[in-house]
Amino acid sequence: MRLLRNLSKDKFAMTSLVVIVIIVAMGIFAPLCAPHDPEEVNMKLRYATSSWSYWLGNDHLGRCVLSRLIYGIRPSVLWVLVALMISVLVGAVVGFIAGYFKGKTDAWIMRLCDVMLSFPGYVMTLAVVGILGAGLEHILIAFVVMKWAWFARVIRTSVMQFSEMEYVKFAKASGIGSFKIITKHIVPVTFADVAVIASGSMCSMMLQISGLSFLGLGIQAPHAEWGMMLNETREVMFSRPELMLAPGLAIVIVVSAFNFLSDALQVALDPKLMTSQGKLRKKEVGKAVYEYRRG
Amino acid sequence: MLKVDGIEKSYKQGGLFSKQRQKILKKVAFECQHGECLGIIGESGSGKSTLGRLILGIEKPDRGRILFEGENVNDRRVRRGSISAVFQNYTSSINPFLTVEEAIMEPLKAQKKVEPGMQIKVDTLLHQVGLDSSYRLKYPHELSGGEAQRVCIARAISTEPRCIVFDEAISSLDVSVQIQVLRLLKELKQFYQMSYVFITHDIQAAAYICDRVIIFRDGQIEEMVPIEQLKHVQSDYARRILTYLITFQGEDQG
Amino acid sequence: MNIVEVKHLKIWDANTDKVIIYNSSFQVKQGSCLAIVGESGSGKSVTCRSIMRLNKPWLRQSGTILFKGEDINQLSEQAMRRRRGKNLCMILQNGMSAFDPSCVIGVQIRETLQTHFDWNNKESERKIISAMESVMLKNPQEILNQYPHQLSGGMLQRIMIALALVLEPDLIIADEPTTALDTISQYEVVEQLIRLRERMGCSMLFISHDLGVVQKIADEVMVMKDGAIVESGHIRSVFTKPKHDYTQFLVSTRLELSNHFRKLMQGGDADAQGGWDRKVL
Repeated sequence: MRLLRNLSKDKFAMTSLVVIVIIVAMGIFAPLCAPHDPEEVNMKLRYATSSWSYWLGNDHLGRCVLSRLIYGIRPSVLWVLVALMISVLVGAVVGFIAGYFKGKTDAWIMRLCDVMLSFPGYVMTLAVVGILGAGLEHILIAFVVMKWAWFARVIRTSVMQFSEMEYVKFAKASGIGSFKIITKHIVPVTFADVAVIASGSMCSMMLQISGLSFLGLGIQAPHAEWGMMLNETREVMFSRPELMLAPGLAIVIVVSAFNFLSDALQVALDPKLMTSQGKLRKKEVGKAVYEYRRG
Repeated sequence: MLKVDGIEKSYKQGGLFSKQRQKILKKVAFECQHGECLGIIGESGSGKSTLGRLILGIEKPDRGRILFEGENVNDRRVRRGSISAVFQNYTSSINPFLTVEEAIMEPLKAQKKVEPGMQIKVDTLLHQVGLDSSYRLKYPHELSGGEAQRVCIARAISTEPRCIVFDEAISSLDVSVQIQVLRLLKELKQFYQMSYVFITHDIQAAAYICDRVIIFRDGQIEEMVPIEQLKHVQSDYARRILTYLITFQGEDQG
Repeated sequence: MNIVEVKHLKIWDANTDKVIIYNSSFQVKQGSCLAIVGESGSGKSVTCRSIMRLNKPWLRQSGTILFKGEDINQLSEQAMRRRRGKNLCMILQNGMSAFDPSCVIGVQIRETLQTHFDWNNKESERKIISAMESVMLKNPQEILNQYPHQLSGGMLQRIMIALALVLEPDLIIADEPTTALDTISQYEVVEQLIRLRERMGCSMLFISHDLGVVQKIADEVMVMKDGAIVESGHIRSVFTKPKHDYTQFLVSTRLELSNHFRKLMQGGDADAQGGWDRKVL
């Protein structure tokens, strides 16, 4: 695919992509990858250091840290991805409608977004979780509800910019319907922007869910989740700091991988890199980097 | 064929609830016949681009109507296949994700007229605008200004429309390319028996190709003359423009 | 005496190793106006910006650029900055982007004048207002308090010319100053440029693709194509008897449009001049 070829020029990006793919695969096939049952308590092995059968050692309940890490991919990475996609989808649909049709439609939709955005993020998430109760699904619902307005706003700006382009004007003048114009002309060009901000938001969402689990509001014990694992090692933070290392590093690696990928996507999805001969042209990275709010 | 009837258009100024409006077009009315090339000459800020957008049905006038063969031009079905356009900015006139071939076929696809022999049609169109078949698979950013504008012209004539609106279509091109494009447009007009609405600020270009011109200023028609009568314009503004025009002189002209 | 002498100028892109200007050599005589014509991509703007050393950082240049006998290509950035504005002034194409959109014009002009002269505010203002009046700008005081987007292209160009009047440079480089203007503004700006030269006797380097304007204002002309100079000489001889094919091509295409227009204006009955004055014809 063209996209993969473009990305392959950037070593960093390829590494990030490979890391992400491996982690996602491990998460999906967790039962096959994890050496032990993540919830198997073995009090004799409390705080054991790494050994041949337990590569990363055991936590305060004797459970295998590596297995918990692998099973923890599911809530920490996979479910967040799902929530992100739903959020982006809702935001994109709203953003396209607002940005393309402008006028009154745009005004009303934007006022609605303003209302949603005026709620402080973390506080609202806590409030929603407080109302619905703790648990992964409720956190993800809270995320989707909070984030869609931000995506809608950013995508709308992008759409408004592109709907002024002459090729959209020509399509309108030729009598092509609005839906077709949006799907054929606006979606492909804004896809690059959407991909970049989505992958950027992935980081903040992952950190948020880890943060909430750290506070005890996310995944409930005994399920594995990276933030919760960090929480559990709080008591032995100074006597056994190495236990914080595993989940902490995992979070850092995945978040960084998504960040690098996000930057690289911006260049790789640039249509000017397509050529009729299928050869790639060198292009200097002079484009504006997106500034995205965290959380 | 094209009838513009008492058009008025204004844009909102100020915030969401302000009532201030800026009048761009004030009671504009004219007609364009079959096979005629009508020039609309005006300076920047005179409202001619807004008029172009209204004729193409992209925006609705506040008052008045624009009729194409008796039907309101706002209706998409009326425009499909009958009216086309070529714009000034050739870099943003073609979707960067489409090849030249896909871009040219777009209006044809909208009319659901895609048949197996389409390749040949695209080739014919490219030849008519002076490009060869190798351009079919190129992307817009690989084309020069003149080539990109020719592709836009090929795209505009693909459905054999009855009227094409040119909104400053040659203003961004080099002068030598301008002449070539103007000659091409003249030929195509003969061949397809189309009418043109040629919006420009360049009087010499309009004089080259148009049959009749409208002098446009501040959203109103100052004067409308057939091109042979250009030297007999009455209004002050038109005379001033003609006096101040800087033209090029050849060997035997002083 | 040549005010600017460019010898063996070579400009290349350090990123792609593509050569933009191969080997240009030309001179501008004192008090005369050299026009550079050519189509887009021929390298006219790059050449002139290289005299001011204002090209993008990845465009490297080599060669000798003698300004009043001094090689400015070898000067440090500090020294070059002192020359810019005071000795070398530039008038740009798009007035709207030549001025900072966030401040009023008066602020920017004052800033420029304070960099080069030791006048206080009142003095600067007096000088610029008298310059603006001489370029036919009405209500100069009011204009100084407006933002660039509130003024038309023609007015912004005239403000740049007024600034040049005050700075009294030795060389003015005008980069397509009339391209973005409408007919009437174009005429007025060209008139002002001609008068500027008459008043100050400065030399000018005029870039344009519009041969008509060039014919009116320049003494000598240089034709560029794809980074190389294909022909140069006195304006009358180059335009009436062009030697190079490309020049002939440019002249003939431009003539086609003008001649058609001229015939239209003249054609019909011989005494159809009635009330329509055309000085040039």
